[in-house]
Amino acid sequence: MADALLEVRNIETHYGIITAIRGVSLDVREGSIVTVLGANGAGKTTVLKTICGVMDPEKGTVKFEGQEIQKQTPDKIVHMGIAHVPEGREVFPYLTVKENLEMGAYTRRDRDGVARDLERAYGYFPVLKERRDQEAAQLSGGEQQMLAISRALMARPKLLLLDEPSLGLSPLLVNEIFTIIKRVNDEEGTTILLVEQNANMALKTGDYGYVLEAGRIVMEDSCQRLREKDDIKEFYLGVRDTGVRGERRWKRKKLWR
Amino acid sequence: MEGLQQFAQQVVSGTAIGCVYALVALGFVLIYKATEVVNFAQGELMMIGAFLAYTLIVIFGFNFWIGAAIAIVFTALFGAGVERVVMRPMVGQPVFAIIMVTIGLGFLARSIVSMIPGWGVDTYSIETPFYGKVVEVGGLVLSQDHMAVIVLTMALVAVLYLFFRYTRLGVAMQATSQNQLAAYYMGIPVKTVFSMIWGISAGVAAFAGLLLAPIAFVHVNMGFLGIRAFPAAVLGGFGSIPGAIVGGLIIGIVEALAGFYLPEGFKDVAPYVILLIVLIVKPEGLFGTTTRKKV
Ligand SMILES: Nc1ncnc2c1ncn2[C@@H]1O[C@H](COP(=O)(O)OP(=O)(O)O)[C@@H](O)[C@H]1O
Ligand SMILES: [Mg+2]
Repeated sequence: MADALLEVRNIETHYGIITAIRGVSLDVREGSIVTVLGANGAGKTTVLKTICGVMDPEKGTVKFEGQEIQKQTPDKIVHMGIAHVPEGREVFPYLTVKENLEMGAYTRRDRDGVARDLERAYGYFPVLKERRDQEAAQLSGGEQQMLAISRALMARPKLLLLDEPSLGLSPLLVNEIFTIIKRVNDEEGTTILLVEQNANMALKTGDYGYVLEAGRIVMEDSCQRLREKDDIKEFYLGVRDTGVRGERRWKRKKLWR
Repeated sequence: MEGLQQFAQQVVSGTAIGCVYALVALGFVLIYKATEVVNFAQGELMMIGAFLAYTLIVIFGFNFWIGAAIAIVFTALFGAGVERVVMRPMVGQPVFAIIMVTIGLGFLARSIVSMIPGWGVDTYSIETPFYGKVVEVGGLVLSQDHMAVIVLTMALVAVLYLFFRYTRLGVAMQATSQNQLAAYYMGIPVKTVFSMIWGISAGVAAFAGLLLAPIAFVHVNMGFLGIRAFPAAVLGGFGSIPGAIVGGLIIGIVEALAGFYLPEGFKDVAPYVILLIVLIVKPEGLFGTTTRKKV
């Protein structure tokens, strides 16, 4: 895939002496939704932090639109067109909803465009319009997630990085949020890299998927085919076709190779 | 009437000195909120601003307002430079070590200033346009110097409020103070913002030094006043800007009244007594919140 919008090649990123991810490579084609599945601690957040420039990889390259960005600062990378919806929302608690959204557009200079995109965000999530003058800390978890997504969209990114948007939300809210993610991709053509533990939603929404385990990519395929794989069914979708413990353990081992 | 006149004079002069405490405390709080560093050299930044103003206005004969403006701008640039050159490489070190560095910077500033010919350890004064004049308010005779300090502080606080509340950069500074990681994600240049916050704090300190010059003096040790501003910041709830201002005013007024009505010695302890009482009743300070910020 030479024409990928984002090309990650063999990145290795550490926290001090802890190696969080190793030899991770992935491609995100323009206009697609790519998902990275993994259990807690697999290294999903670290992959996104490395792409958006908050962490620098020890090895490997990250190319965006053909340009190497792994040494760039986060503000340059936002400017180039990558926006991040971080794990745990990370809204600005004492700024109003509107100010939070305006901060999403910090790197932009086109006032008219920003005003239009503000209305677009309110269109996606009308509750944000109702609450635009309230402090973000007063929003519910689901509303904060909507705010975090809208705030990232305010940068008008070419690539949107989403870190576990379903975390801690009710199934109903998860549905609403994934519907909007799909709409943003359909209507605006925004490319999306979605990292999830909720394999069910992610595989329904995504086009192509990777499975991350203990810091390495162990499997990749189209989301449709991943949904059919036994390992995925068993370990990520919670479907168990056998009650024999020994067999499950054997499969788990195989997956790790 | 005589008693009222005296009381009013004490309150006004206490408010004036309280304004200076408030501005120095404001500098503490701005830097602390953004970077979690307590800058113990804040008083020395004030001293440097006052010496620059003294040099421009008294030695070079600049117009008061022009000299003041240049001194404030240069002190602000100096503060931003200190952040860039000294504080930024310290990021990631223990907070304790960083605070020790700011204490060291204060010592350094004092010894350098005391060695500069024309500055040294002598006491100087800057004559302001208000020097020695009085105003009559409702039958009370008040010093114009004191009133000017109060009015100029109010003006500066209003400008800072509007800046932080309504400009893009000001809101971005608040955002950075509230959630540094998210600020990075938004593409806010966090490191540059830290330099600018140091610059603003230093500029505010220089402004405070200029206000202090006519009611006290310009001296190499005038920065020790920062030690008074510190309880002001704590009183307000360290990390709260309105708290720093109210805390500064309370300490200034209590000091003045204690100095006038109570036996000698009470003036210096009174602020700490108030501080203790407030912290016993409300441990997080007058305007403090118990929520921890995210870094
Ligand atoms: N701040 C940190 N310091 C040290 N180790 C960390 C830190 N953050 C994450 N890790 C380690 O890196 C690995 C990957 O973490 P992370 O990327 O957060 O995983 P995920 O997002 O998939 O849950 C984990 O083993 C975790 O223990
Ligand atoms: Mg994570």
